[in-house]
Amino acid sequence: MNIPEALKYTKDHEWVKIDGEEIIVGITDFAQKELGDIVYVEIETEGEEVAQNEVFGTVEAVKTVSDLFMPLSGTVLEVNADLEDNPEKVNEAPYEDGWMIKMQLSNKEELESLLSAEDYKTLIGS
Amino acid sequence: MEENLKKVTLHDVHEHLGAKMVPFAGYAMPVRYSSDKEEHLAVRNGVGIFDVSHMGEFLLKGPKALDLIQKVCSNDAAKLSDGQAQYSYLPNEQGGIIDDLLVYRIGEEEYLLVVNASNIEKDWNWISSHNVDGVLMENISDDISLFAVQGPKAMEALQALTDIDLNSIKFYTFKIGEFAGAEEVIVSATGYTGAGGFELYVKNGDAIAVWKKIMTAGAAQGIQPIGLGARDTLRMEMGYCLYGNDIDDTTSPLEAGLGWVTKFSKKFINAEALKTQKDSGIIKKLVGFKMIDKGIPRQGYDILDEKGQPVGRVTSGTLSPVLNIGIGMGYVPLALAKPGTEVRIAIRNKQLRAVVQKLPLV
Repeated sequence: MNIPEALKYTKDHEWVKIDGEEIIVGITDFAQKELGDIVYVEIETEGEEVAQNEVFGTVEAVKTVSDLFMPLSGTVLEVNADLEDNPEKVNEAPYEDGWMIKMQLSNKEELESLLSAEDYKTLIGS
Repeated sequence: MEENLKKVTLHDVHEHLGAKMVPFAGYAMPVRYSSDKEEHLAVRNGVGIFDVSHMGEFLLKGPKALDLIQKVCSNDAAKLSDGQAQYSYLPNEQGGIIDDLLVYRIGEEEYLLVVNASNIEKDWNWISSHNVDGVLMENISDDISLFAVQGPKAMEALQALTDIDLNSIKFYTFKIGEFAGAEEVIVSATGYTGAGGFELYVKNGDAIAVWKKIMTAGAAQGIQPIGLGARDTLRMEMGYCLYGNDIDDTTSPLEAGLGWVTKFSKKFINAEALKTQKDSGIIKKLVGFKMIDKGIPRQGYDILDEKGQPVGRVTSGTLSPVLNIGIGMGYVPLALAKPGTEVRIAIRNKQLRAVVQKLPLV
């Protein structure tokens, strides 16, 4: 299981990459494995402000559908348009080409609620 | 994984193959080994092997065995000769379905019933309660492993393992003989995929060796293990009912499209009420549909008419790996059941267009 040390995580199996002001969000390697072949990523909240733990989109696998939860309150700045035609990138490269949104944080205090790689590994029993 | 789940004989083999094991009907079952899509396409285009040992098997023996089967089953088992099988269902007395099953005639006084894992106890109790003439009933579910080797290359993959001429086993017939070194294997030209192939009933003691020999023999044809996930998407493309999704204790077999295995030429449980329903006409029907808009129907989603009024529910749905669009099944009023009729599926906050299709969907 690939759980990069440099990223932060949520109990809903999302990862968060914090690079200065830029925050990128996706789903973890564990999540993509659990879901199986991802065939459709639907995110229609671009430009909207979404609160922490609220749904910002949906990911459809062949066998199941799962909501995507906002790891932090903020505005969805950009959606990975590549996933429209190539949703399998979420399976192939969940931390790179399979990223889902870029967002602007509205409450810095919430950063403390994120899990470290170590915490996340414990959560999934890895 | 819950600790009290039953394990199939090949449990450890599946784990070594990297299967994701999930609870299903009280068993830990392999749902996926690599990828749902890849496994699905391997069966459609080549060959794959499923372990479906969770299925239940009952042996019914004795001079009154056929009478008992005729009473509890909807199809006409008197039409079977030795070595033939038929699809059938167990009607209840309220117009619904206790289970769907396969009936194998092994001999004039010996039959094998193959039932859904989730219904083993219910079916056993039901059939037992109607066994008033001393038919010898044996529940051999825990003694038998069942492998489905499915796909256009199944015969090629298996022939080297047996002297039985597999080509001579026509659809819905079977032979019993030596297979991969194991005695008394039932080799049945049946399946739940629409891809062709065989189902093999093997004693648990032989199961691991038989599985391994099949994997080795089929390597040239690219055989690979297939999980229950692909089994479900394969059967949905064919429009085959899944008990618990599309049919259950409350669904009418006639509305479910099982009229073809409902034989009023003989007596069986609830035949009169079903005949009345047939004569007065059903009001809704289980249909298959394809999405026109991009979206994937799932069990429980509403089916709407063109005005947006709810008219039914999706009973099964998935992305079709062959078509690469959403497909599903569900009950709709007769007026909307004709192939070509446009309906809508409520997917999250949207009403997406779908079109009723003749089965199979691929």
